[in-house]
Amino acid sequence: MRTNNVLIIGGGVIGTAIARALSRYELSITLVEKEVEVGFGASKANSGIIHPGFHDQPGTLKAKLGLSGNVMYDKLCKELDVPLKRIGSLLVALKEEELGILEKLKVQGELNGVPGLKIVKGEALFQMEPNLTKKVKAALYAPGLAVVSPYELTIALAENAQQNGVKVILDAEVKNISSVNGALKRVETKHGFILTDYLINAAGLFADEIASMVEARNFTLLLRKGEEYILDKKTADLVKHVIFPISQKETKGVLIIPTVDGNLMIGPTAKRIEKKSDLSTSREDLQVILNRVRKLVPQISSENIIASFAGIRAGSEKGDFIITPSKKVKGFINVVGIDSPGLTAAPAIAQMVVDILSQEGLKLRKKRDYQPSRKKWIRFRELPSREKGRLVKKDKRYGNIICRCETVSEMEVIEAIKRGARTLDGVKFRTRAGMGRCQGGFCAPRIVQILARELGIKVEEVTKRGRKSNIVLTKK
Amino acid sequence: MRIQKVDVAVVGGGPAGLAAAIAASSGGAEKVTILDRNKTLGGILPQCIHNGFGLHRFKEDLTGPEYAQRFIDRVEELKIEVKLETMVLNIRPEKKILAINAKEGIFEIEAGSVVLAMGCRERSRGALSIPGTRPSGILTAGVAQQWINLEGYLPGKRIVILGSGDIGLIMARRLTLEGAEVKAVVEIMPYPGGLTRNVVQCLYDFDIPLFLEHTISFIHGKDRVEAVTIARVNEEKEFIPGTEKFIDCDTLLLSVGLIPENELSSSAGVRLDPFTGGPVVDERRQTSLEGIFACGNVVQVYDLVDHVSLEGDIAGKNAALYALGKLKQPKRLIKLIPGRNIHSLVPQLISGEDMTTIFVRVKTPEKSVKLKMGQGIKEVKKPLVNPNQTLTSTLSLKELVLLNALDEVEVSIIKEGRE
Ligand SMILES: Cc1cc2nc3c(=O)[nH]c(=O)nc-3n(C[C@H](O)[C@H](O)[C@H](O)COP(=O)(O)OP(=O)(O)OC[C@H]3O[C@@H](n4cnc5c(N)ncnc54)[C@H](O)[C@@H]3O)c2cc1C
Ligand SMILES: Cc1cc2nc3c(=O)[nH]c(=O)nc-3n(C[C@H](O)[C@H](O)[C@H](O)COP(=O)(O)OP(=O)(O)OC[C@H]3O[C@@H](n4cnc5c(N)ncnc54)[C@H](O)[C@@H]3O)c2cc1C
Repeated sequence: MRTNNVLIIGGGVIGTAIARALSRYELSITLVEKEVEVGFGASKANSGIIHPGFHDQPGTLKAKLGLSGNVMYDKLCKELDVPLKRIGSLLVALKEEELGILEKLKVQGELNGVPGLKIVKGEALFQMEPNLTKKVKAALYAPGLAVVSPYELTIALAENAQQNGVKVILDAEVKNISSVNGALKRVETKHGFILTDYLINAAGLFADEIASMVEARNFTLLLRKGEEYILDKKTADLVKHVIFPISQKETKGVLIIPTVDGNLMIGPTAKRIEKKSDLSTSREDLQVILNRVRKLVPQISSENIIASFAGIRAGSEKGDFIITPSKKVKGFINVVGIDSPGLTAAPAIAQMVVDILSQEGLKLRKKRDYQPSRKKWIRFRELPSREKGRLVKKDKRYGNIICRCETVSEMEVIEAIKRGARTLDGVKFRTRAGMGRCQGGFCAPRIVQILARELGIKVEEVTKRGRKSNIVLTKK
Repeated sequence: MRIQKVDVAVVGGGPAGLAAAIAASSGGAEKVTILDRNKTLGGILPQCIHNGFGLHRFKEDLTGPEYAQRFIDRVEELKIEVKLETMVLNIRPEKKILAINAKEGIFEIEAGSVVLAMGCRERSRGALSIPGTRPSGILTAGVAQQWINLEGYLPGKRIVILGSGDIGLIMARRLTLEGAEVKAVVEIMPYPGGLTRNVVQCLYDFDIPLFLEHTISFIHGKDRVEAVTIARVNEEKEFIPGTEKFIDCDTLLLSVGLIPENELSSSAGVRLDPFTGGPVVDERRQTSLEGIFACGNVVQVYDLVDHVSLEGDIAGKNAALYALGKLKQPKRLIKLIPGRNIHSLVPQLISGEDMTTIFVRVKTPEKSVKLKMGQGIKEVKKPLVNPNQTLTSTLSLKELVLLNALDEVEVSIIKEGRE
């Protein structure tokens, strides 16, 4: 059996970003993920915000990596052909007494190195956001905030890493890790054993369990669930920037987010939980979210909600990211406690891990044939009519519209499957089919059949997201 | 891009669109084209293999496919052009339609007049924000119907149905006949949402329990639905603590309402009515945009397909007249305003020039009432009104003369014996 140079546990945005960053070097790299597709953990269930960086305490890894991550996003998204919109944010103060907090956050941001921060008020503010309640006294404007589709990004990172030789093994939960005399030996999944010199723990919510398989764990995860609600595209024009409230808590509060795809999203809440499987949504949190966002933009209404989800932040007890090599077991590196702004920081975290590996003795030689650009995605709905017409001429399957709410063609569904989608959610995250106002009512049966046809499996075997999440149970 | 010229373009080939196309062609429009994104004509009807269709129009008890076939045969006889698997992407107020299909690619249709007949879609789980997890096995009743009747698969074995609309009731019976166990139908209102005959024939005859004033308070399950908790609700529709029941199941069907499919209409600039969710129309079914007409479930969700095809007749006839330059635009329009216990009504505007049938949906059930229009114009006794049944009322010429003096008229349900 060949020994890998590096094995990464976890196919979230962190694991895949590390895989891609390492894939530019002459190394043998494997990534194992317990779900049937990458990005099915926290990386698919977050706010999709590339934070500007004024929220975090100067001197923390969050502040440092958040800021440098933010700056890396333009190039990254261009290379990966993932949409990114720099829409900026407004953190709004509703009371005179809160103006001081705006000033304080501005100074904190400037200490962190955040460019372009500005306090806006009056006419100028309402010109930027006409639907904001007139009770707003002033706002801290941060032009550098961007929005991205976090699952598209994670999928693209994995795809590009694979293009550059990384082996991705899915449906491969790490069950056991053995080390002998302080040296790593092998990692066990249901597919067998994998040998590696370096092992990276990017298992998110389960990173504590992975660490305990290697050594006496020296951190504790703190779990906080966040619920979010997505509104119909017809409400997209209500706000143009991400709206932050002033939050006294450790989180950034309940936000109003214009997503990169043109929906409005409201959330997240923050509730301490113990159970890692608790991804339920509740009426109480919905009410909390509605109450809070309506204080800022009164027109927002529950009638326009089309979907909801919950994600779990797996933070560290001390509040900062933990990115360190083990002192006891050589080659083992924890990348844990990555709660918000983990998505923002992901590219910078990946770079830091590369540096750590190098310090730990991993030889890094650049590949000559490294390909930083992912193969382009055709987003049919965004093309001008003429271009659409040309594509249908080239392949009729572009003319067969599968998802009518988001105008997704059969060809895009097939391309998604060719490029790794195995489940209904996998197709959804790559193409947006089923994410519109009817939530897959019309297209799900059709996509299930295309999945079955393309993968050569039975319709009853197609799942929503792997395991026992089958869509239909029996053939008549 | 190719541009095709037609007299009347009909968007949607369900019963509304089919009836409209037939009426337009019979009314003298030379070139009539139906565009539909499905593989077959008939809209939702091909999957409605139960009977109960056509009692008014044909005085016969037909299945959905049989009902549709009567129209499809006529469409063929009249040589009406049909473009299937064709998705309309955009309609502009100057009656230009942008559409796409695999055969012709992207093309534009320049129409003399347009009939909107896009039907409606089912409300999804997201729209209700039902608490709980998001496993597979949650689907709308119409999608379940499609799986079973068109594709030949059983979506689940142990079923709970939320909502007692007609589709939910019909599916309770269908699933039972297919060997699944329907454990409960749960309805938030104090009365069932569907037709009484469906409650009897689909639930009572099969001993399926119906929980009124209940809703789902939690969905359980990680990969696939494992159970739901139902709870009784108070008048504010809040869960009443202590009334929860845990029902073990693998599938949750939603039959929680239909939403007229008006994204095309609103992007064209057609004015919508907040009560119906469809275009504001006059009695000829002309929308706020001249030459653009609408009919069927896109205008208002109807209980009976016969109302839908009747409205199609009207829209099609007038669309043909418009395309031929023969439709006289009314001098003025009188507004019909929903009053006491009226949820919505169609048409919202009448010219007062021709005899007109209005379709009314009430908010809550009431016994011994009268449907009243304006002051002393019309009062009709109704022993029972129900939100799940469309009331119809035809205005005579005499009533119209009385109406003509007014700019707007309130339509309401009043208690009998009260003025
Ligand atoms: C509600 C919410 C909103 C947020 N909003 C933002 C935001 O706007 N901006 C921002 O920057 N950050 C945000 N975050 C934080 C961000 O989502 C996370 O920091 C980031 O997704 C963490 O990525 P990850 O790869 O560490 O974790 P994950 O995506 O959870 O990936 C870990 C992966 O490891 C796999 N795994 C676990 N155990 C094993 C095993 N034994 N074997 C194999 N594989 C295993 C899991 O299946 C999973 O795919 C938000 C988080 C939440 C919950
Ligand atoms: C389960 C069920 C049971 C029923 N039971 C009965 C009964 O027993 N008796 C009775 O009388 N009535 C019954 N009905 C009611 C009746 O069938 C419907 O009211 C009727 O089908 C609505 O007709 P429609 O033409 O307005 O809409 P639909 O039948 O929905 O047709 C609309 C068509 O427009 C197409 N379309 C929409 N948008 C576009 C676009 N952008 N481009 C191209 N095409 C588009 C759609 O694909 C569809 O084919 C039942 C309905 C259902 C769903």
